[in-house]
Amino acid sequence: MRLILRRIVGQLGFDAVEAEDGQAALDLLRSSEEVPDLALIDWNMPRMNGLELVGAIRADSHLRHMTLVMVTTEGEQSQIVRALAAGAHEYVIKPFTAGAMVEKLALLGLVPSGVQA
Amino acid sequence: MTLSAANFSFISRLVRREASIVLEPGKEYLVEGRLLALARKAGAAGVDEFLAGLQARPDMATTRLVVDALTTNETSWFRDREPFNALTEVVLPDLIATRTNSRVVRVWSAACSSGQETYSLAMLLQDHLPAGWQYEILATDISHEMIERARNGQYSQVEMNRGLPAQLLIRHFERVGPTWQVAPALRRSITFQQVNLDGPLPTATPFDVVYLRNVLIYFDVETKRAVLRNVSRMMRPDGWLFLGAAETTIGVDDRFDRVPTGRTAAYRFRSAVPAGAFGKG
Repeated sequence: MRLILRRIVGQLGFDAVEAEDGQAALDLLRSSEEVPDLALIDWNMPRMNGLELVGAIRADSHLRHMTLVMVTTEGEQSQIVRALAAGAHEYVIKPFTAGAMVEKLALLGLVPSGVQA
Repeated sequence: MTLSAANFSFISRLVRREASIVLEPGKEYLVEGRLLALARKAGAAGVDEFLAGLQARPDMATTRLVVDALTTNETSWFRDREPFNALTEVVLPDLIATRTNSRVVRVWSAACSSGQETYSLAMLLQDHLPAGWQYEILATDISHEMIERARNGQYSQVEMNRGLPAQLLIRHFERVGPTWQVAPALRRSITFQQVNLDGPLPTATPFDVVYLRNVLIYFDVETKRAVLRNVSRMMRPDGWLFLGAAETTIGVDDRFDRVPTGRTAAYRFRSAVPAGAFGKG
């Protein structure tokens, strides 16, 4: 999945970095000089899950302006509500097409609308 | 595998007659691609054999399935964005200012396909009309199958991901097993009906806004003219018509002016456009 996402955002001109899990992602973000524009976050991860990561990013004054998109198999309505309440901007449920991901990023103003996957 | 010339000619005549759609030579691949699943389901070895059978033994039900398969198109929520932004930013403020007596906004989603355009419009109308206002939407499509799908309002996860903001998903849909179901409140103000835009149209109170997007591209000029004439009879004199990005009334029907509307363009009767206010395109 990470490879697929990396390919999609790479084609849109993003430089992507990856992290093994939520805690590794938070450590990486906190040690980076440059805050990324966007994080694509899975729900189910060891050590720190996606929901916790969203909360931690939102609570960090250095990182809180990042755009956060959950990309997950967790598709219950209550989970989407929880993720948005925690601070996620968008929610993509697997399976999805490359076009769908591009459309979501267009919704968030990260790519111009009309860009094809 | 290539479709025979006789079968392509047969299918071209059939969709021209049933749906007013012009299939130019060179679209054999499209016919094969769209009809293969139907052919296999009917037990034929391929599309050629399937169409030869339909020619030999014409049958209404199969003809309808064939027309449906050739006229349905990919769609997504809030497709192309700007025609929807224009509704909330320009059209609705205008209608709210001018429909103060009736407090009803009537919208026609003229080629609704599987319903995403229609429900996208309903979500916006529900969210942007002031308290005490109502909306009514007529959703039509040439395809019986698509009208049924639209009416059912049930979508797969893959379809839900196509351009629908998560905030709207949780407000207007319910998860039902692996699919998502449109909330009853959103369907309440929508009427679904199978309609051939080139044929007799249903009797209806004229519409304030018409979405006729990505339809005219399939027609020849004469059919475009007939469809626009038909549609124009269903529009209020000061109504708004939205076409697809690759479509225009220019050179087809000179009663319309192209009017910049938000970051896109709508078409309005020339009489509704203040003189000198806008260019013609």
